[in-house]
Amino acid sequence: MNNVISINIMRFIVLVLAQVLICNHINFLGYINPYIYILFVILYPLKNNRMLFIFLSFLIGLTIDMFLDSGGINAASSLCIAYARPVILKFSFGMQYEHQTMKFNAVEFGSKFTYIVLMTALHHLILFSLEIFSISRILLVFQKTLFSSIFTIILCVLITIIFSRESK
Amino acid sequence: MQQIINFIIRNKTFLLFLLLFSLSILFTIQSHSYHKSKFINSANFLTGGIYNSINNISSYFNLKSQNQLLAEENKKLRTLLYDSEKAADSVYLDSSKYGSLYKFTTANIIKSSYSLSDNLLTLNKGRNDSIKQDFGVVSSKGIIGIIDKTSDNYATVISVLNTTSQISAQLKKTNHFGTLKWDSNSPELVQLIDIPKIAGTNLKKGDTIITSGRSSIFPKGILIGAVEDFQLDTAENYYEINVKLFNDMTNIEHVYIIENRDKPEITNLSNE
Repeated sequence: MNNVISINIMRFIVLVLAQVLICNHINFLGYINPYIYILFVILYPLKNNRMLFIFLSFLIGLTIDMFLDSGGINAASSLCIAYARPVILKFSFGMQYEHQTMKFNAVEFGSKFTYIVLMTALHHLILFSLEIFSISRILLVFQKTLFSSIFTIILCVLITIIFSRESK
Repeated sequence: MQQIINFIIRNKTFLLFLLLFSLSILFTIQSHSYHKSKFINSANFLTGGIYNSINNISSYFNLKSQNQLLAEENKKLRTLLYDSEKAADSVYLDSSKYGSLYKFTTANIIKSSYSLSDNLLTLNKGRNDSIKQDFGVVSSKGIIGIIDKTSDNYATVISVLNTTSQISAQLKKTNHFGTLKWDSNSPELVQLIDIPKIAGTNLKKGDTIITSGRSSIFPKGILIGAVEDFQLDTAENYYEINVKLFNDMTNIEHVYIIENRDKPEITNLSNE
């Protein structure tokens, strides 16, 4: 149990630093940045205290916001995906999730990919609608969501593949 | 009463979600209005400190280009100095007079962004260097923005690439002035709006846009950019001009903070 807590604390710090010091300076094609800190929400243990999980997701978003001077947009969007996570888990893993026997390292790639895609898309949609904050520029919201999502999904899948070997 | 407590216990997760969500929306709305983001900004001890230590390392990477910029500026200032010495025998130049009105402080940018719709920069000077809100920030090539929040050692700057930023600007060759805004489409182009229609007769592509000195933040004549294209707005009374910035906002490091020493006097006067 202690191990789980320390792993998650480490993950929190490392992901925040990686996000603000590396990922926000990529600016691929001018504006496309990956938001890899949502891996914290994606990979958080399945058996959890729901209140604590939601609060921690809010906290990691708020920390990112503090670094980026972006108000509360990251906090709001990571909070939303944390709240919506059980629904998305049920949708992408089905029976496996309901029987509470699932581990992220031991599921097939297809359903894991669906899970990451859904979480990322939802997160980015909320993030960019709040960032741009005007309905008249809704096309820009969708454009940013699409391109950044692709970037984030690729990075998240790669990171989960690379780091899942170690824990086996 | 029992039922209310039961309801709260049953829906505690949803209520927590709602509470935190409204909190973050509140922060978001605050950040969209000028000078309002009180708690969440990068000028605090923790975030400023981390950015500062990382900037110590990363500033080596573009040392060469920044050195070149500084050398160019030195050259410009040196020419100015020699020119004024030559002119000194015919015209009396009181150079201390200019320095007494505006005080310049050098600073380094330790965090910058240009891809969001509200971009803020963080500088490594703060209240301890007597930097306050609403001081102007310029680089050797032109304007950067206006100081927003300050902590003891750091300050955030509302960049010109921010949808909430409004700077008074004018054409260099005539005195027609307007407001400089940004539509968040390109980090190279800003928009100058409210230029009266009558100015259009001698408006040309490539004309220089400078600060107008009407806001008491920037002195008059600081470079902004060149006219890229222009058109009449929907009401056909004012011109909207796309201005290409002289500054490359994606690559800036050394900046100057301008303090107008007469500003308190001017604001007092207009408040009376």
